[in-house]
Amino acid sequence: MYAFDIERPSSIKDAVAALQSEGAQALGGGQTLIPTLKARLAAPEVLISLTGISEMQGVCLSDEGALCIGAGTTHATVAREAAVHFPGLAALASHIGDPAVRNRGTIGGSLANNDPAACYPAAALGTGATIITDKRKIAADDYFQGMFTTALDEGEIITEVRFPIPEKSHYMKFVQPASRFALVGVFVAKYADGVRVAVTGASEEGVFRWHDAETALADDFNARSLDGLSVAADGMIGDLHGSPEYRAHLVKVMTGRAVTAA
Amino acid sequence: MASVTMQVNGKSVSKDVEGRTLLVDFLRNDLRLTGTHVGCDTSQCGACVVHVNGQSVKACAMFAIEADGAEVATIEGQANADGSLNVIQQAFQDHHGLQCGFCTPGMVMTAAALLKENPKPSEAEVRSYLEGNICRCTGYHNIVKAIMAASGQDVAAIAAE
Ligand SMILES: Cc1cc2nc3c(=O)[nH]c(=O)nc-3n(C[C@H](O)[C@H](O)[C@H](O)COP(=O)(O)OP(=O)(O)OC[C@H]3O[C@@H](n4cnc5c(N)ncnc54)[C@H](O)[C@@H]3O)c2cc1C
Ligand code: FES
Ligand code: FES
Repeated sequence: MYAFDIERPSSIKDAVAALQSEGAQALGGGQTLIPTLKARLAAPEVLISLTGISEMQGVCLSDEGALCIGAGTTHATVAREAAVHFPGLAALASHIGDPAVRNRGTIGGSLANNDPAACYPAAALGTGATIITDKRKIAADDYFQGMFTTALDEGEIITEVRFPIPEKSHYMKFVQPASRFALVGVFVAKYADGVRVAVTGASEEGVFRWHDAETALADDFNARSLDGLSVAADGMIGDLHGSPEYRAHLVKVMTGRAVTAA
Repeated sequence: MASVTMQVNGKSVSKDVEGRTLLVDFLRNDLRLTGTHVGCDTSQCGACVVHVNGQSVKACAMFAIEADGAEVATIEGQANADGSLNVIQQAFQDHHGLQCGFCTPGMVMTAAALLKENPKPSEAEVRSYLEGNICRCTGYHNIVKAIMAASGQDVAAIAAE
């Protein structure tokens, strides 16, 4: 790898200050960024490691009953610590990659990266989560802006994510066996006032909400409610793993399975 | 350059490293602990798995600086105090859990992490925990068998082929 420096601040304030310098980039668990650096797809001069910042770690409940997760919390910790309050999210975290990846990769890194096949974006959009940064709160509906694109500004870091806890939820992932990412993944969440359905892995625009399914499921939260619906293949990803038509088909199948399993 | 200090297999080591130095390169090149292998260098194969503060990590996907102050365990520290193979290593030998042996250090370290979390895993749990460890020789079957045996379970029921 080319030469660069690494700084390890211990507070959000120091990290944000360090990120103001030219050529600085945040380093979360490094599970995406380190391979990216090796491939020279990014070449920051200094990495600001967020792993030593204790105020960005851990899982807790807010006074309003939302599940708050520090952005530096690893997938393995979420899998363990969210299990009691929000089993649908814990199960999602426990199936990201493999055990070693889950011990390093963080929720903040996943949401900042917004890989079109990543799992957490589906949970954030599928619950209407709030992405909290060092300077503002962003609703999930405004946060995701297409493949690898988010509302984050240069040097802005995610510090916490707040999930409204659903009555029922499930994430159904059709695994792409080589990468272990989602070929198509669907997060379904049922709340007292409605249902949200978010789809990852399928669209060229990245994670999206399937509004027709949300309306149908709000009337009757049953996989049968999807019977009359279909998903257009237009705008779906087509690659050697699956055609746009195949992915469109999987969206409906995975949504039905997620509803049944919720 | 920055100075790092860590406990590696119970011994304290301090060295100056560059920011870009990966933990796996630090172990192999600076400490000459070449039991930890580099198979893919792209976080896919698991040949480089070591434990950092008791948790399995891919040492090709972590910087040495990030292990400052940590306890690191590698395959070199796995044998019993008298030099004999530990339970997992012995089970790999007894059940023919390796052929070329390239993946074996990562397999043993991953197995050790699994058995610490889940002392009596089912066959399905073993297979799922090994998702990030690739073996190009064995077809996994005897690796799974070795890990089941190391956990003290009867593996006669798992067919040989
Ligand atoms: C073998 C393998 C399998 C995987 N399988 C899956 C899978 O099934 N599903 C899935 O969803 N993911 C998967 N991943 C990706 C994994 O979840 C990554 O950990 C994650 O996408 C990135 O998180 P990180 O903490 O490692 O971030 P890093 O790699 O450190 O950073 C990624 C990007 O986010 C930025 N960043 C990091 N933290 C922050 C922050 N707090 N605020 C702002 N920007 C930040 C960095 O600057 C960088 O641009 C897999 C990875 C590997 C190697
Ligand atoms: S060398 Fe680290 S995962 Fe392959
Ligand atoms: S024994 Fe050869 S790669 Fe596993």
